Amino acid sequence: MSHFIDRRPNGKGKSTVNRQRFIRRYKQQIKRSVADAIGNRSVTDIESGEQITIPKRDVSEPLFHTGKGGSQRRVLPGNDQFAKGDKIKRPPQGGGQGSGEGDASNSGEGEDDFVFSLSKDEYLDILFDGLELPNLKKTTVDSSTEFETFRAGYQTEGIPSNLDIVRSLKGAVARKIAMTSGSRKELKQLEEEYQQLLKDPHHDQAKLLKLEDDIEHLKQRIAKVPFIDTFDLRFRNYEKRPVPSSQAVMFCLMDVSGSMDQATKDIAKRFYILLYLFLTARYDNVEVVYIRHHTQAKEVDEHTFFYSQETGGTIVSSALKAMHQIVKDRYDPAEWNIYAAQASDGDNWSDDSPLCRDLLEKELMPLTRFYAYIEITTRDHQSLWREYQKVSATWENFVCKHIVTVDDILPVFRELFSTNAEMRT
Amino acid sequence: MSMLDDGPDWNFQLLEQYDAEISALAKRFKLDTYPNQIEVITAEQMMDAYASIGMPINYSHWSFGKKFIHTEQNYKRGFMGLAYEIVINSDPCIAYLMEENTVTMQALVIAHACYGHNSFFKNNYLFKTWTDASAIIDYLVFAKGYVAKCEIKHGVEAVEHTLDACHALMNYGVDRYKRPPSLSIEEEKHRQEEREKYLQSQVNDLWRTLPKGEKTIHKERLHFPPEPEENILYFIEKHAPLLEPWQRELVRIVRKVSQYFYPQKQTQVMNEGWATFWHYHLLNTLYDEGKVSDRFMLEFLQSHTGVVAQPDYNSQYFSGINPYALGFNMFMDIKRYCESPTPEDKEWFGDLAGSNWLDTLHFAMQNFKDESFISQFLSPKIMRDFRLFAIEDDSSKPFINVSAIHDEIGYKQIREQLSAQYNLSNLEPNIQIYKVDFRGDRSLTLRYYPQQGKPLATSKEEVLKHLHHLWKFDVHLEQQNSDGSVVKLSSCCSESSAA
Repeated sequence: MSHFIDRRPNGKGKSTVNRQRFIRRYKQQIKRSVADAIGNRSVTDIESGEQITIPKRDVSEPLFHTGKGGSQRRVLPGNDQFAKGDKIKRPPQGGGQGSGEGDASNSGEGEDDFVFSLSKDEYLDILFDGLELPNLKKTTVDSSTEFETFRAGYQTEGIPSNLDIVRSLKGAVARKIAMTSGSRKELKQLEEEYQQLLKDPHHDQAKLLKLEDDIEHLKQRIAKVPFIDTFDLRFRNYEKRPVPSSQAVMFCLMDVSGSMDQATKDIAKRFYILLYLFLTARYDNVEVVYIRHHTQAKEVDEHTFFYSQETGGTIVSSALKAMHQIVKDRYDPAEWNIYAAQASDGDNWSDDSPLCRDLLEKELMPLTRFYAYIEITTRDHQSLWREYQKVSATWENFVCKHIVTVDDILPVFRELFSTNAEMRT
Repeated sequence: MSMLDDGPDWNFQLLEQYDAEISALAKRFKLDTYPNQIEVITAEQMMDAYASIGMPINYSHWSFGKKFIHTEQNYKRGFMGLAYEIVINSDPCIAYLMEENTVTMQALVIAHACYGHNSFFKNNYLFKTWTDASAIIDYLVFAKGYVAKCEIKHGVEAVEHTLDACHALMNYGVDRYKRPPSLSIEEEKHRQEEREKYLQSQVNDLWRTLPKGEKTIHKERLHFPPEPEENILYFIEKHAPLLEPWQRELVRIVRKVSQYFYPQKQTQVMNEGWATFWHYHLLNTLYDEGKVSDRFMLEFLQSHTGVVAQPDYNSQYFSGINPYALGFNMFMDIKRYCESPTPEDKEWFGDLAGSNWLDTLHFAMQNFKDESFISQFLSPKIMRDFRLFAIEDDSSKPFINVSAIHDEIGYKQIREQLSAQYNLSNLEPNIQIYKVDFRGDRSLTLRYYPQQGKPLATSKEEVLKHLHHLWKFDVHLEQQNSDGSVVKLSSCCSESSAA
């Protein structure tokens, strides 16, 4: 009578559509929450999704129900002290006694937030909604790039394992039909003649024999056409094509001189996180190189990069030189897509700024896919900004942006990578 | 037969053995069921099932996604356990078993869902009257397909908006008193004849040109609908002036789903009580006959005790009266006063006390809903065992009044009040469509009839907006107090008329 079914192999994910609907509906709130959460992440922490908080009232579904007031009657279990006619003081609002009836649960809910996690992919999707990598030129195809194999039609020669049987037989059948069509037409004609001759009571015996002979001859000719010929064989053909390199390196350059305080660094950090996430969403393998500098540049690990304090003056060109050296040593531009993000408060030794521009234009810009400079300052721009402005005038893949507060980061970032190229300055 | 393997791991063969044993017992106790389709699923699939209101298939809507996310979040953090089973009122009756359960739990679930709930679905008068078990899955397949088609044709957002509006009024999409006609061939023919007759009357020129009496026109202008209509969604589907045909169909889908769940809302105590009574009874009988081990029994009893526990009003775990506890104890009690009635039972239940317990139990299950079940079968013993007391919380008075306790003078009042507590019309505010100004601005007026002076919560504004989305003309909400006075509560007006 009962019928058992094992549904476990059916897999989960029946609710995926509904989940996506939910996310689509609350995209605005989720985006806001994602933007808020950016500051609390490590640059390379992309494995985790994100906890999203939406105010409960935003996601509630309204229903008619009764509010507080009027006279409410209830029956409760577990009487331990009351007698008829007792008067009980009202328990304080929101205190201990939960309301148990179905209708009260709606009003009983506090303004808790609706908290849930986004998966990594959903998180990145929302974060980079409508953004695109700039200047995605095809990496020059040379011997060192990777190849992928793909199917490319058929060929008449090949190894047996690549033989396409169906295709070969199709050809064979067609060939057979084509090569025998003349003979078969003739055969049909002769057979008709033969039949007619048989019906004729006064037929010529010699003619009949000749016809029989001819028919037999034709049948043999048809049978001689081979079932399959080497001519019919078709082999699957594979070719290789180069694929653009799927790895990228991201250089984080930051000024750590005395003028950069922790708040400024935090802003820079958020920018780096965004860039890193953005790159990982598009490349299989992303490496990060941290270069910090004051008067000298040094490659460091992430923690030192963000949290150690140094004092002293500022020579930006030292960092650019260091970056150039590292690229030469480790990251061949033919194999790596090179991205750089530089953050600074704009301070530089004024004699150094033209040198920076020189370095960029001659050495670095031809190598990099994209170079972003963000200046985090509330003061007027100085020589470095002006020199960099000149660079951005000639190099399309060089961008300077000015950031004042934390709130500017996401908008600036979106502006940089917006699909609409005209938005970029 | 020898003792069944008590696991704790289960396999399909073992489940079939248990099912065969339980099935044989169920027959002995005259449990009449739909055929069972028992599906084993994972915890994640269980959450999927939760999200689509327990149905194996449903149309897509963001609110199900919200529910899924919410369930998943709570489950992952350990705030809640998942139910051991979900059972669907369909023919064949589909029951889900979680793969994590031990064999004891699976047996419990099979007894509870596949024989308890299943027989209730098949035999209770509300389910028989209001739901069509053999058609629901097909209908949901249709609904899912239809909603998906509409989304392609009219856009996800337009469909979502309409569904949102319908969901807000879902509780007002059921026929409470009318029995839905079952469309037999006779009925179909009859309708066809009626349509023909109507067409005939239209062709008759003489009839058509006769002037209508002044009076009838006047009356029509005075009031439409002639009687207040409580099924708001039905009214919208049939009378909303500007709805597209596909929107009407969506309204209908939500209405049908709502109607399908209507009996479940009204028989929670009975349904759970019945299923719990039978899993308890069936497994105990298995034990008495030496088919299950002591270990099996201890695990079962531990779980069973948890299910039927009733925390006291002042316990931190209290969240209303546990329907499993009340229902189970009432059915046990009916059995008790059938088998060994006390003088008190004789006085309260007359001939019922001392009758054949199995027949009485089946009679109770078939012909009652929570409200009438309690007012008919709740005995003073249960009230004493639960130590029930009734309170009256009048917001105009500074104190909550204890109006009755579990004693001679209080029994009747407590029973009455507890029964009223399960009366749906006391739980959901009574709101009806009062009138449509058909010849004027086409505005729709709803009337709220408060009970015991309970006001409507502020969410009414949002619901009115949804209603306005469907009606597309002004919507007003009034309150008619017990003294007959009418107060205007709120309105939602079209932007054009507001500007």
